[in-house]
Amino acid sequence: MYKVIKREQIVPNIHLLVIQSDIIYKNALAGEFVVVRADEQGERIPLNLVDWEKGSASLVFMEVGTSTRKLAALKAGDEVATLAGPLGKPTERVSEKKIVCIGGCYGIGALYPVIRMFKENKNHVITIVEARSAFLLYWQERLKKYSDEFFEITRDGTKGFKGHINDFLVDHLKKNSVDMVYVQGCTYLTYLVSETTRPLGVKTIVGLNPIMVDATGMCGVCRVIVGGETKFGCVDGPEFDGHQVDWGNLIARRKIYINDEIYSLSFYECERYG
Amino acid sequence: MAKIVPKKTPMREQPPKERAKNYDEVPYGYSEQEAMQEALRCLQCKKPTCIQGCPVEIDIPGFIKFIAEGNFRAAIDRLKKKNVLPAVCGRVCPQEDQCEKLCVLSKKYEPVAIGRLERFAADWERRQGESLIPKVPASTGKKVAIIGAGPGGLTVAGDLIMLGHGVTIFEALHKPGGVLVYGIPEFRLPKAIVYREVDYLLQCGVKLVLDFIVGKTATIDQLLKEYDAMYIGTGAGLPWFMNVPGENLNGVYSANEYLTRSNLMKAYLFPEYDTPIIRGKNVAVIGGGNVAMDCARTALRLGAHEVHIVYRRSLKEMPARIEEIHHAEEEGIIFDILTLPVKYVGDEKDWVKEMECIKMKLGEPDASGRRRPVPIEGSNFITPVDTAVCAIGQSPNPLIPQTTPDLKIGKWGNIEVDPETGKTSKKGCWAGGDVVRGGATVILAMGDGRVAARSMHEYLTTGVW
Repeated sequence: MYKVIKREQIVPNIHLLVIQSDIIYKNALAGEFVVVRADEQGERIPLNLVDWEKGSASLVFMEVGTSTRKLAALKAGDEVATLAGPLGKPTERVSEKKIVCIGGCYGIGALYPVIRMFKENKNHVITIVEARSAFLLYWQERLKKYSDEFFEITRDGTKGFKGHINDFLVDHLKKNSVDMVYVQGCTYLTYLVSETTRPLGVKTIVGLNPIMVDATGMCGVCRVIVGGETKFGCVDGPEFDGHQVDWGNLIARRKIYINDEIYSLSFYECERYG
Repeated sequence: MAKIVPKKTPMREQPPKERAKNYDEVPYGYSEQEAMQEALRCLQCKKPTCIQGCPVEIDIPGFIKFIAEGNFRAAIDRLKKKNVLPAVCGRVCPQEDQCEKLCVLSKKYEPVAIGRLERFAADWERRQGESLIPKVPASTGKKVAIIGAGPGGLTVAGDLIMLGHGVTIFEALHKPGGVLVYGIPEFRLPKAIVYREVDYLLQCGVKLVLDFIVGKTATIDQLLKEYDAMYIGTGAGLPWFMNVPGENLNGVYSANEYLTRSNLMKAYLFPEYDTPIIRGKNVAVIGGGNVAMDCARTALRLGAHEVHIVYRRSLKEMPARIEEIHHAEEEGIIFDILTLPVKYVGDEKDWVKEMECIKMKLGEPDASGRRRPVPIEGSNFITPVDTAVCAIGQSPNPLIPQTTPDLKIGKWGNIEVDPETGKTSKKGCWAGGDVVRGGATVILAMGDGRVAARSMHEYLTTGVW
């Protein structure tokens, strides 16, 4: 069992979870993730590592199904059944490049260690955070610290640029030459950004979130077709070239258990709240 | 001398129709009387050949004699001298290819039911309550790291702790047992039995660290700074697919995923447990090994109406144990032999709905000595499926090889070792089981563990590599 140091809702449905760990910080690198299991009955789910230090690992997640609902109910002093990692291939270390880094939803948190690493490696970091509305944006100050340029986008225009990421991005990429685009967030966001940059020919790295079980390369549920080849998200990824990903297949595979997930959540809510 | 009873004392089982709907163990095991009766069939050979067939060198006539005398405590103590997992081995070892194959009786009659007797002795002890914990010798001060809490790692742990070395097992998953827990279903090997055997080792002083992925959480080199020797028993965790069109459709599983969901994550108890599994009605399992049988029988218990084993050779070449094939047939699994899937077809939502297969015939023997299956041109046919499970094998997990540059790796991703000692190319590191052999058996992994433990003890004592 692993003790929860802190759990707080940062913005509606997005939570920060800090768990005690004496080991994860030792080998953790930007772009890696951990597996968490809330309790003995829980699923193993992958969550992005957003920070680490001696004694703790920090994660950001979106509350959506039973597993994340359970995590969202934790408070300091509670325990989780499993915390394993770091896992996955870290983000490729590049230097002296101009990189647009985009984060949405829980991906805003996931972006943090990556832009920190990019900045420390002397890249020019252009950070873009996007959300439906201003009240869903978070960690701006933290991200600005490692950004050379910083933009906010909201669909309702309550903050920064009004509209969708693709509108902003097309304009920005036409006016500015950059070496690479990096995206963290839901499958739709990573897909949308990849399709936006494809015609412009800008290399785009996406952090994917396929379903996982063991997350060590053993089960193969996280398979993603990249460049026509089947890759395992957990050990070959979770970051891939967005222009090579078979998005139709990934989106379909994300939905394999959707009906079970809905059923599981209603079962959990009934058990918990009667 | 009494007349030899030609056949094994039968072991009672759950009736097939009933058991196909539950997860309880299929055979009930011998009663004391049945065990004693079977033990009396053993001729107590002066030069027992059965022991030569046992990878961990159990004193087979020795423990059987105690059972025949009704001294079950002495029987289990004798077994445990050589085998830390008797309740497991009594259930899942392929005795018909090992000890029982070499039993003198088998020349004319059925061999002594060595496996069933081993199982009986271990189960007898479990029914007595707590295991007797042996006295552990004084500490040598040496520390050993074991990577993977599967059958091989557990054997090494048992051997080395009894020689006075400090033993720590690092396990990537959240439960110990490796394939015994994530792979083999409850109805074939109840998990409580595995945990009890692990618990016995822990009581002997073995330390267990869960959720620790060697190669990621810490590398081999990082661990070697703290430990004097290391055993790598990480198994064959990388599932193979056939690379045919449609294999990434929803509803197409690897055997590893299907079994891990059902066994380790207890998806068969969904929604009490959170992990779901597709409860297909029309299931095809591709492959002919024990893993394929486990998947097919799991599918049945998950409520499938029809489960097919699809195998490209004939029944004769099937690598699964005869007992497993027999159990599967009894439960109503349909065997489509000489059949090879060539394509999966999906519906508009990317769910598998059909499987296209081609019929095969047997040609000349291949490198494995089995007759090579050859496709019969124009014999393609389409069959409806809503779940397919690919159980065609697996190779070693690449995490450790990728992060340990000086470990010599073979062409299948397997770690290369000296077969006499289990030594790898890296000083202080031994390996065995599926990470060396590819997909093999529990008992061969345990045999490798025994060999390595002997060599590790020598190294820890003399310091000579």
